[in-house]
Amino acid sequence: MSDADWLAVWLTLKLAAVTTVVLLVIGTPIAWWLARTRSRLKQPIAALVAMPLVLPPTVLGFYLLLFLGPNGPAGALATSFGFGTLAFTFTGLVIGSVVYSLPFVVQPVHNAFEAIGRRPLEVAETLRASSWDRFFTVALPLARPGLLTATVLGFAHTVGEFGVVLMIGGAIPGQTKVLSVAVYEHVEALEYLHAHALSAGMIVFAFTVLLALYAINRRMEPLR
Amino acid sequence: MSELAVRLRTQLGTFRLDVDFVAPGRGITALFGPSGAGKTSVLRCAAGLERASEGLLSLNGVCWQDEARGLFVPAHRRAIGYVFQETSLFAHLSVRGNLEYGWKRTAAGERRIVFEQAVEWLRLGPLLDRGPENLSGGERQRVAIARALLTSPELLLLDEPLSALDEEAKAEILPYLERLHRELLVPAVYVSHALDDVIRLADYIVLLDAGKVREHGPLAALLTRVDLPIARGDAAGSIVEATAVEHEAAFHLTQLEFDGGRLTVPGQLPIGARVRVHIAARDVSVALAPPAPSSVLNTLPARVIDVTAHALGTATVRLAVGSATLLARITEKSVAALELASGQTVYVQIKSLALLR
Repeated sequence: MSDADWLAVWLTLKLAAVTTVVLLVIGTPIAWWLARTRSRLKQPIAALVAMPLVLPPTVLGFYLLLFLGPNGPAGALATSFGFGTLAFTFTGLVIGSVVYSLPFVVQPVHNAFEAIGRRPLEVAETLRASSWDRFFTVALPLARPGLLTATVLGFAHTVGEFGVVLMIGGAIPGQTKVLSVAVYEHVEALEYLHAHALSAGMIVFAFTVLLALYAINRRMEPLR
Repeated sequence: MSELAVRLRTQLGTFRLDVDFVAPGRGITALFGPSGAGKTSVLRCAAGLERASEGLLSLNGVCWQDEARGLFVPAHRRAIGYVFQETSLFAHLSVRGNLEYGWKRTAAGERRIVFEQAVEWLRLGPLLDRGPENLSGGERQRVAIARALLTSPELLLLDEPLSALDEEAKAEILPYLERLHRELLVPAVYVSHALDDVIRLADYIVLLDAGKVREHGPLAALLTRVDLPIARGDAAGSIVEATAVEHEAAFHLTQLEFDGGRLTVPGQLPIGARVRVHIAARDVSVALAPPAPSSVLNTLPARVIDVTAHALGTATVRLAVGSATLLARITEKSVAALELASGQTVYVQIKSLALLR
């Protein structure tokens, strides 16, 4: 594998890691809200979060491009703060990946919170725990299997994304040229050997991740 | 002002709760009634887990809710201990972790129960490092009780803590609850639909039906009220609080004394022990003259208070024995034959009695 390929691998892992962290920080409160709310907005918000599951990545990428580009609201805002446009940058890629992988994080965590039910939180309440305290000492630990699933899925899904990256990131080495894009370019250039190295690696990675996920879920079951 | 004042009016879905009672601020108060009567709702409101739209709650002068003033103390700031119906231990914590959860969150200055004491009391020592999934139903409930006690509550709320347990586990827990009642001066509200448990544990009883308070009063008084369903049912009976005064070692018996006379019970109770005896109405017979010696040990003079006839040819006679009131379930034919009337002096024979504690 060439240095460029290793750079793509490194960038992919960095993107996935950053995205996963951001997703957990954003997705956990959303999942909590969805699991607890009686608001009428619950269904619309849940549908909105799930949209990336059904939309073609190009559609998502197209609008993200407009949104993040120099004339889009986010892009304009970033430019006015002196960060320059967000499209075709690593930051833009993180934003795109977060949107794209959101359902893969929110849904397992949401399910885990719902599975806990109200009772453990009520118990904590009668044991003098305030609402923040209850969230961190009861809800989060009990939702651990869901959080683990969400982490693995969010990471893996970001590693595997292609369409959105292509639309908003392009293929700037070290900036936005992730593994899937590198494979695409190798194939375009008929460099099958390089494409093989990356693709085979990807297959092994995906299999390992999913295997680990199922193993973790099995081990966690008695906790529920 | 040693009292628990509860006034709640609220709509919970299709269920209307409208209760108003004042119970003593000590001992065990039972909320008794059929399922769907609103017992758990009252308890949840008392805990602050539910907020009644109109409500006034206070315990021994401390107000937890007064909607007229817009006051509502959230559950985590109320000095309550809550034991839920089913197992409610935190699955992610060990027994020790569960016990420490509330303990750590109780200000050191407010702690009145020592950690080791609660552990010792409910015999949790060997279980401390286990996870909740490795405990039996009875053990889990013991942990839950200790966990609630360790927050040093001013009021203990027990929501049918025995109902999810089998007979064996129930028999395991009951002595702890009795001990709690006897030794620990924490008042408790005990929700139950099982009369047996109520008779055993409660001092005061609130009868709930369809979201309303049907009646409330001291247990002994309410059990013998023939206008209430309990005294009309098959489980009718009365309780007598008595003191163990003498052993009859040769026969393995103990004599109990109360102001209506003496009762003989099997076994050797410690002298001086206060016990509660339950006497079922169907185990009491009435005679006009002192009965000839018979195999029935317990015979006491009594005065007829009144006679209430039921359907199917039976009647309930209320009898004053000292300051206690006993019930006798006899046939109407016997009532007629003995010409029983209020004020009459008779003799009661008690065929069997149950020693409750």
